[in-house]
Amino acid sequence: MNEFLQQLLNGLALGAIYALIALGYTMVYGVLRFINFAHSDVFMVGAFAAYYISNGLARWLPPESIPGAVIIMLLAMAVCAVLGVVVEKLAYRPLRDRSKLNVLITAIGVSLFLEYSGQLLFGADPKTFRLLPSRNVELGGLVLNSNQLIVFGLTLVLLLALRHIVMKTRIGTAMRAVSFNHQAAALMGINIDSVISFTFALGSALAAAAGILYAMNYPAIEPLMGVMPGLKAFVAAVLGGIGNIPGAAMGGVLLGMVESFVRGSRYSTYADAIAFAILILILLFRPAGLLGKSVVEKV
Amino acid sequence: MSGSVALEVRGLAVRYGVITALQEVSFRIPQGDIVTLIGCNGAGKTTTLRAVSGLLKPSAGSIQFEGSSIAGLPPHELVRRGMAHVPEGRMVFANLSVLENLHMGAYLQRDKAKIREMLEFVYTTFPRLREREKQLAGTLSGGEQQMLAIGRALMSRPRFLMLDEPSLGIAPLLVKTIFEKIVEINRTQGITVLLVEQNANLALEVSRHGYVIETGRVILEGASPVLRQDPQVRAAYLGG
Repeated sequence: MNEFLQQLLNGLALGAIYALIALGYTMVYGVLRFINFAHSDVFMVGAFAAYYISNGLARWLPPESIPGAVIIMLLAMAVCAVLGVVVEKLAYRPLRDRSKLNVLITAIGVSLFLEYSGQLLFGADPKTFRLLPSRNVELGGLVLNSNQLIVFGLTLVLLLALRHIVMKTRIGTAMRAVSFNHQAAALMGINIDSVISFTFALGSALAAAAGILYAMNYPAIEPLMGVMPGLKAFVAAVLGGIGNIPGAAMGGVLLGMVESFVRGSRYSTYADAIAFAILILILLFRPAGLLGKSVVEKV
Repeated sequence: MSGSVALEVRGLAVRYGVITALQEVSFRIPQGDIVTLIGCNGAGKTTTLRAVSGLLKPSAGSIQFEGSSIAGLPPHELVRRGMAHVPEGRMVFANLSVLENLHMGAYLQRDKAKIREMLEFVYTTFPRLREREKQLAGTLSGGEQQMLAIGRALMSRPRFLMLDEPSLGIAPLLVKTIFEKIVEINRTQGITVLLVEQNANLALEVSRHGYVIETGRVILEGASPVLRQDPQVRAAYLGG
């Protein structure tokens, strides 16, 4: 029983991080109908931004202190929000009216560009990430890491904030309008470009938060660290129903759980294979994802 | 404002790649009037509206809105200048509630009191929308969606309203209501209306002036009562 609860907690923490990344994939898909493959590298930049900011500000802002950690995190999120907006503006916007395939290939190009620029700028060897001291808390036989608690708390706060923005604010409603139909939204007086920029900023800030949370739990950061979590978060977004925001969160948590349980079993070496096999099975029965509606793609 | 021109289009041409959709379309709409463009499916009526509201870039010609050139401006800028376009097929945001749709119509309006005032006007004009306020727009009937599309356009307090086929796919009884509302909006709010319709009979009944478009050009124009008597129009569009 304890073993089960322990894996549940681990899976929830991992899944929360996948969920935060998956939201960016699904929101961008919502407004632009393409997969931003560079999103996983924004996640990586988030971790590095926090690393360099915490080193640079260590004298004034101890990264072990809570205010220090909060400010570092907010700054890193801001850096990634700007990065996301710039990438969209320079790489994707000029291709807006072209075939989706062009943008997709460009996104892969941007992804490689960020990864190898990272190797050039940050170096290919892993760096040790340190933010807030990590402590283990024993709770009725369960071992809870303080970092996991931060993952739960912060993810919950970010999800609620996102929900508020998307469902209750003017810009959030505009995002939903744009994701339904660009032209109809433009006829309302909505500046489509600004809404798309805002979507990239929001998704990228969440990816930065995910990158930092990930690095707090797996503290060796390197420029290719985004590849696997990014891939899994992308799968999580598809699993939840691409374009569907609650779906992405749900898909992320589900994927994290499956992965964690398989890792805790004696088939742990096959963890990724089994996790993906389960996903393929789910998608066979629900091709549009758990919360997605199947829409016939117009050609 | 009588005598001034709301919209003047001269020599408008639009191309989709190598295909010419419009060539040399010219018309003028006096302030406060209802003017209609009639023509068959594919004649270029929708293309004309889309070029005027900025959804399409014209390849030639000039578009003057209230005296200033607007060709090539983005749609959101034209909304700011007082133009509203109810697109073909209504395009209500099916994933948003009726109220959210109406709020999107007032996207550029920051004054909450003015939004409430407009909302009240729209609900008085189309009481059905008030009843369905919380419902997702995708669950409305075709006629209700058309009311929503028009109400949403009114939320921006336009001075100039373009309607693309408001009768399309709607129960005949509702078509009558919707056309009565269009006339009412024009009379009471002083909003200039450009109406595109395949239902030429109805369109010529409510409008003052009409233009007939065929294969991307204006082939005939005149006062609506005159057009209704025109043998050519009767044969082609009014069923003989």
